[in-house]
Amino acid sequence: MNADLMIAIPEITLLALACLVLVVDAYSKDPLHLLSYWITQASLLITLGLVLYYFPEDASIAFHGSFISDAMSATLKAFICGISFIVFLYSHEYLKEHQCLKGEYFVLGLFAVLGMMIMASAYSLLSVYLGLELLSLSLYAMVAMQRTSSSASEAAMKYFVLGALASGMLLYGISMIYGLTGSLQLITIADVINVDSANRMYLVYGMIFLIIGIAFKLGAAPFHMWVPDVYQGAPTSVTLFISSAPKLAAFAMAMRILVDGLLPLLSDWQSILMILAVLSMAIGNIIAISQTNIKRMLAYSTIAHVGFLFLGFIAGTATGFAGSMFYIISYALMSIGAFGMIILLGRFGFEADMLDDFKGLSERSPWFAFIMLCFMFSMAGVPPFLGFWSKWFVLKELVASGFVVLAAVAVVFSIIGAYYYLRIIKLMYFDKPDSMTAIKASRQMRFVLSINGLAILVLGLIPNILMSLCLSALAG
Amino acid sequence: MITLPEVLILAALLFCISVAGIFLNRKNVIILLMCIELMLLSVNMNFIAFSHFLGDIHGQVFVFFILTVAAAESAIGLAILVVMFRNKETINVDALDSMKG
Repeated sequence: MNADLMIAIPEITLLALACLVLVVDAYSKDPLHLLSYWITQASLLITLGLVLYYFPEDASIAFHGSFISDAMSATLKAFICGISFIVFLYSHEYLKEHQCLKGEYFVLGLFAVLGMMIMASAYSLLSVYLGLELLSLSLYAMVAMQRTSSSASEAAMKYFVLGALASGMLLYGISMIYGLTGSLQLITIADVINVDSANRMYLVYGMIFLIIGIAFKLGAAPFHMWVPDVYQGAPTSVTLFISSAPKLAAFAMAMRILVDGLLPLLSDWQSILMILAVLSMAIGNIIAISQTNIKRMLAYSTIAHVGFLFLGFIAGTATGFAGSMFYIISYALMSIGAFGMIILLGRFGFEADMLDDFKGLSERSPWFAFIMLCFMFSMAGVPPFLGFWSKWFVLKELVASGFVVLAAVAVVFSIIGAYYYLRIIKLMYFDKPDSMTAIKASRQMRFVLSINGLAILVLGLIPNILMSLCLSALAG
Repeated sequence: MITLPEVLILAALLFCISVAGIFLNRKNVIILLMCIELMLLSVNMNFIAFSHFLGDIHGQVFVFFILTVAAAESAIGLAILVVMFRNKETINVDALDSMKG
């Protein structure tokens, strides 16, 4: 068999299975779409299995240098598939309860996962762009899927316009870099810049557009306008999806472009990312305090977390990048949990998306109050939860690279941020509930959400597993 | 003979016009979609100019991909527009303000 095709076997399998879901669903009359759902989940598990089975020992490059399979891409792909699996499990629960289940949801979701996997493996600017568009176009449609909801269609429109603007910026940057280096392949671009940096100023001009594109997709301030509106307006199941796995893909995109392609311009992008990081942490943490809608609050918390993610890049070392990877993986795990809790508390005709809906949760369900406590403590960065280690790892690398002031600023903002996470814990444990409605969720949802919460605690108690995984992924 | 900087300046101008159009337009969502198309086309112009002057075919291949993706993108954009019009009965940009904070 063709060697190129063997390298991309997980992607090819996922594509075939996504098409299978499309066909199966077209003939399905089941209002619960159970068959499509199970095929979707099976395809994610099969893809995960293939990624792990063909885990590359060395980097191998395919398709004339536009596709790479290395330890970083395989690790990220494994997490993307695993996290998407949990996302679909929570989503199915939500869509069933709110009676807006459509088969296209699964098809679009699988195509989005495919786009993310391509982004993780992209090794030329063309494949970066195509993976990104496959992901974004699927997400725009998913946000708009709840057709009768006015806020969902408004969110979709905003997401679409700003997303397209970001793609345009990214493309303009790509065209400048292509024109100056004469190549689309990241490795050749790095070589050309290393040999001849005569037109560095123009390269930086192109690079700024690339960074704007990346910052838009990650949701870093000052390119964060879409994040709160989309998180609030979209159905919770879609918000859950947007806030988790695509962040891993956006991290991969940033790694590929900034580190694989533009590492010779390190000192230039460091200073740009510094501004983005400080602004994101400031805007995210401070505006989140005034929110009453928990989805919107978590959106601002995402912005703040993206600021932290950039700190690892600013450190500029392989361990710093590993710190960022650790950060984004642990963030995705916390984020699916927090949105999973919103889904768990909701029921038909009622979204538990206000802070007050969490009032007195410890009386209604002590166990899930504890699980939510794990997520909130972890996001705030309280030891021994996973979120503490991710912040610690990034800050340690930042200090080791000599950015002590920046690290201090980050600590100050994360202390400000702790306020709104702890407020939820206060609401859950010290306030009286408005109603004592029992939590209505299936056994599997409860089980997986509990595992999700305990994983945050257990991985926090033994952080070395995930840490060494990230370090070995970026060692090559 | 047209030189490379001339084409690049034209493309940059078109790009600026489209970005300004997105931010200044407060009336109609369809104009936003047109601005997005214009932005992608100005990038295409950049690619073709570089491709021509570098004597490298990759830029032109990229343009084909951008055109294809732009077609898919406007299809989704118009579909979202229809959904929005059904819900809000307007395609005014100012109507997109139900979420704040």
